[in-house]
Amino acid sequence: MKKILSLLMLGVMVISVGCAGTKPEDSNPIDEGADAGKVIKIGVFEPMTGANAAGGEMEVEGIRLANELYPEVNGMKVELVIADNKSDKVEAANAATMLIEKENVTAIIGSWGSSLSIAAGPIILDAQIPTVGASCTNPLVTIGNDYYQRVCFIDSFQGTVMAKYAFESLDAKKAAIIQEISSDYSVGLVKYFNDAFIALTNDENAIVGTANYSTGDQDFSAQLSNIKKLDADVIFAPGNYTESALLIKQARELGITTPIIGGDTWEAPEFLEIGGEAVEGAAFSTFFTSDVPITKESEVFLNAYREKYDKEPASVTALGYDAYIVILDAIKRSGSTDPVKIQEALAQTVDFEGAAGMISLDINGDAIKSAVIKKVENGVFKYMATVDPIK
Amino acid sequence: MDIELFFQQLANAISLGSLYALIAIGYTMVYGILRLINFAHGEIFMFGTYIAFYAMTSFLLPWGGAFLIAIVLTVIFGLLVERAAYKPLRNSPRMSVMISAIGTSFLIQNLAIVIFGGRPKSFPVPDLFNTVIHLGNISIVSITFITPIITAIVLVFLLYIVDKTKTGMAMRAVSKDYEAARLMGIDVNWVITITFGIGSGLAAIGGIMWGLKYPSLLPMMGLMPGLKCFIAAVIGGIGNIRGAVVGGFLLGLIEIMLIAALPALTGYRDAFAFVLLIVILLIKPTGIMGKNIAEKV
Repeated sequence: MKKILSLLMLGVMVISVGCAGTKPEDSNPIDEGADAGKVIKIGVFEPMTGANAAGGEMEVEGIRLANELYPEVNGMKVELVIADNKSDKVEAANAATMLIEKENVTAIIGSWGSSLSIAAGPIILDAQIPTVGASCTNPLVTIGNDYYQRVCFIDSFQGTVMAKYAFESLDAKKAAIIQEISSDYSVGLVKYFNDAFIALTNDENAIVGTANYSTGDQDFSAQLSNIKKLDADVIFAPGNYTESALLIKQARELGITTPIIGGDTWEAPEFLEIGGEAVEGAAFSTFFTSDVPITKESEVFLNAYREKYDKEPASVTALGYDAYIVILDAIKRSGSTDPVKIQEALAQTVDFEGAAGMISLDINGDAIKSAVIKKVENGVFKYMATVDPIK
Repeated sequence: MDIELFFQQLANAISLGSLYALIAIGYTMVYGILRLINFAHGEIFMFGTYIAFYAMTSFLLPWGGAFLIAIVLTVIFGLLVERAAYKPLRNSPRMSVMISAIGTSFLIQNLAIVIFGGRPKSFPVPDLFNTVIHLGNISIVSITFITPIITAIVLVFLLYIVDKTKTGMAMRAVSKDYEAARLMGIDVNWVITITFGIGSGLAAIGGIMWGLKYPSLLPMMGLMPGLKCFIAAVIGGIGNIRGAVVGGFLLGLIEIMLIAALPALTGYRDAFAFVLLIVILLIKPTGIMGKNIAEKV
């Protein structure tokens, strides 16, 4: 009797799941042409909690600001739906699924952290929702994914920039690497740095050693003690700002005086707070500086941001802002709410004026932009130089 | 590995191991007396660290006072957890209490995200704990010396309470036979309260020392140390206070030496700790210092 009952229950469940699957198509006929007065939803998936929360929050600041300045497109009100991906690869995929299936968003922005973006990639491609990453720099985010593009440069460029900085400005001949082995971002960036640095020094053995750590680690003393013995001229250690700040702090405590350089993820207030005096002199590449406004849109963005928050914006805030206005521009040009048509328009973005520079998307959907080098001096990020893209 | 690097790594290992030992003591003490694996220990640890943080930054207390307040408040917090999550299940099967412990752990983590926020906070470190001492080419931060001293003091203090005082005798009686202890006129609830209070106080001390060494606070910060120290406690023989100290140091030593000797395997650092747990459970489930007593049914 029990068996029959449980089989019956199973049957009911299967049927109800089947129903749930077909429902959205019945109840959501796309009604084009009657867009005026309607609401268009843009999903945002960003780390709002967890180890990358500061990064996510800074991007969302920019997206919200852009939404306040440009709340409408083609007569429709734009509504932001923010989903927390909890700085976790599994949760990133969940957050993207939630935005697409439950909220029926037309486009998506996100995420800070390439690993998180890559995790959501296949879901976005399957659902054919145009997505714009703000600051995810790993090439794998957009390669092979026609629905993923970004408003920032990619790591093959960033790695070259930092290798050049180490070789030319720091006069380094030998480099040691410390990478966050579980982060696609860190491992990817290290690879491009290595290639470029070996080419610049013309020395096969220019990379004297590599140490690994995992996301969330707090103790780096063993790795750093090994690195100390190598007598490198520079240490390249791209990774999440929390881990990196602790790492640099422990390096200085172990008596390592070698310059330590990294990537764009370091530009977060927590990097300065946790690292304190230890991170003085740490240099990294990033996207944007508020010292030198590049476009007219930069001025608009900077004025609005300074008025609202009474501080200087981070690079990723400007990129979050750009990701939003690029999508809005594509919706405007496509004149449609059909994700596929918006994607077509988005892919043709050329010389679009963003807050963090002009945006032209290449065949992979990557923006070609210049990089900025910043350095920690007296407890603030200081602008050092601008490096133009390789044509 | 040359001799200098070896000693530097040894210093690193002692520094990490003494922290593990300190937290493992609290774990093992609660288990030894209540036969309860308190999975919320890591969260109580996190709570203590945040209280110390807010006492220093928002209320601008000197660090000594802040730490004391953090310990006191954490003890109260631990007792509340016990009252709410474990006491109602005192006569239920042990499995129910353990599930309740896991649930409590998740609840506190998520509450902490809501209350303290998801962005990492920077724990202010007084100079006393942050001075770098150079011995030849070996650099050691002063906290590396302070943590083992605190661990030793805590160990002696606990051994004194458990072995020499009347309360300790009651604790041992409760751990041997809960019902018989009650029949003999021991106030079991009071013994449990004391045990939990001490356990939570230890978690707070461990959390503060952790924050001083790794000054970035996150609501999830208790998770990994909690699991690692659970492993340390099992290695030493769960329930055995001396064993927890041995287990903590051993785990720290193994972790550091693994990375030092085999840098390519660094990514498997945490996995390695869990493999060690499985091996210990298979080969010697009672741990290094645990006694082989038949479990009564």
